[in-house]
Amino acid sequence: MIDVRGATAVAIADGVRAGKWLARDVAEQYLDRIARLDGALGCYLLVDAEGARRRADAVDAARKAGRDPGALAGVPLGFKDIFCTRGIETTCASKVLRGFVPPYESTVTARLGAAGGVMLGKLNMDEFAMGSSNENSSVKPVRNPWSREHVPGGSSGGSAASIAASLCAGSIGTDTGGSIRQPAALCGVVGVKPTYGRVSRYGVIAFASSLDHPGTFGRTVEDGAALLEVMAGADPLDATSIPAPVGRYRAAARAGREGSEPLKGVRLGVPDEYFQPGMDAEVEAAVRAALDELARAGASIVKVSLPHTKYAIATYYLVCTAEASSNLARYDGIRYGLRAADARSLEELYTSTRGEGFGAEPKRRIMLGAYVLRAGYYEAYYGKALRARRKLADDFTAAFAGCDAIVTPTSPVPAFKFGERMGDPLQMYLADVLTVAPNLAGIPALSQPCGFTRAGLPIGLQTIGPALGEEICFRVAGAYEARTKWHERLPPEGAS
Amino acid sequence: MSSRITAEEVRELALLARLRLSDGEVAAMTDNLGAILEYVDALRALDTAAVEPMTHAVPFDCPTRPDEVKPSLALDDALANAPRRDGSFFQVPRIVPGPGGDSEGGAG
Repeated sequence: MIDVRGATAVAIADGVRAGKWLARDVAEQYLDRIARLDGALGCYLLVDAEGARRRADAVDAARKAGRDPGALAGVPLGFKDIFCTRGIETTCASKVLRGFVPPYESTVTARLGAAGGVMLGKLNMDEFAMGSSNENSSVKPVRNPWSREHVPGGSSGGSAASIAASLCAGSIGTDTGGSIRQPAALCGVVGVKPTYGRVSRYGVIAFASSLDHPGTFGRTVEDGAALLEVMAGADPLDATSIPAPVGRYRAAARAGREGSEPLKGVRLGVPDEYFQPGMDAEVEAAVRAALDELARAGASIVKVSLPHTKYAIATYYLVCTAEASSNLARYDGIRYGLRAADARSLEELYTSTRGEGFGAEPKRRIMLGAYVLRAGYYEAYYGKALRARRKLADDFTAAFAGCDAIVTPTSPVPAFKFGERMGDPLQMYLADVLTVAPNLAGIPALSQPCGFTRAGLPIGLQTIGPALGEEICFRVAGAYEARTKWHERLPPEGAS
Repeated sequence: MSSRITAEEVRELALLARLRLSDGEVAAMTDNLGAILEYVDALRALDTAAVEPMTHAVPFDCPTRPDEVKPSLALDDALANAPRRDGSFFQVPRIVPGPGGDSEGGAG
């Protein structure tokens, strides 16, 4: 029987498909790990053990009957609690959605299930995906498996930490300004944000609709690719989904492993603007060493410039708060979720429900968004941000004229301690300084481990591709992974 | 702390956003929003005169589909999460003041 600690999704699917082990046995091992270890980590908001057993049994039954059990047969999965799951509570880690049981299933989770994936439960996150540390969950914080005094990053902190701690073999999250890549970096796993529209947003609770990207977490580059291959593709239920055929992501990840110079002919751009004062010295050293490794894999390293980078955070927080204030207007206590008790008028019902239901960060973003959309301020703030957004996107278009992919650090710092940034929202926003621009441009980017600090905290390497350039990202990341062993390191079990 | 926004403006904005805020929340919000607005002012230095606003990352034409009737959520499914339900309706407090007072028979 496979030892699931450190197991990859691809290895589990291969074993289940070949009949080497039963999906049910694999699921039981993960459920046992969650029961023993998650109390200290807080990755899961809900564990659906009974449902997981039923889904695993269905995979085993399909294989026994000679039917194809699917590309992800028996792979135990965790879903960020922002994906609607039919009949299973979905809260976005917010009080305002406590008890909400969706009457429909998101496209992403439906596709993963149809491919034989076995959902174990719903994963913790910053409330409404707003945050970079998971401290904004209304339920409990997620702890970093490498050091419990440190945050796992956010907003998809549960999705990243559960992979690092082997509490599922694959997970999904959403990335609006870095919410997949930053926690992946801080937890030492692979996080993939594809092109905007590559993965359907149907059934994903909206935060900032023009910036929300569903994506994947895995232990390896190929695991991320395998999940994305199943999730990606046009969806009639999401008008913004892209009709182009899905790429061969797994093959691209594997191509990076072949031969002594798998990146021969590939030009990798390095922007000075992503190596600024304030960056942690150990992070910079690890990323520079990774660039040397990529050069040894055959890539040519070229200088590129993204001159408007310094405007990225301001642009991002204006656009995302404007969209959030509109999207979160739907939580009014009428049709689902929390309703404040004893309201005597409709007005009071709205203000009390929303005042009680939202935590500090969603309130802050609703307010900021309402401010920048107000008549008289709209052009100066929101209109300005939409124009700056185009300048930022044009930077990438110009850079990709001279390179095939861009390589940078994912986060300027390793995991920080609980409480360190909570007192100053602006400092928390600046944690996203290296990840927000690809969201504004809608282009794919992934993070993978590229080292550890002396204190034992993971460091992340970001690879950014042009629109629909997921394959080049997977190829570069696959080549780096094949030449290094960072992804094989596992966090300590039990107390730390 | 900052002159970008006053506590009075924060209270007015909270009303527009239908958010009840405590006095403590108003004070913190005034500070936080002031600092953030000051930070985003940096954008003023950027010349965007000739730039088209970008509302969407990927250019797309609004796709159309055939106008066919398809099954939708069953009534009971749609109402299953209602905090209060009355038959096939979501129940809310009285909106129009009744003859005997502002809200009698309201939240019911």
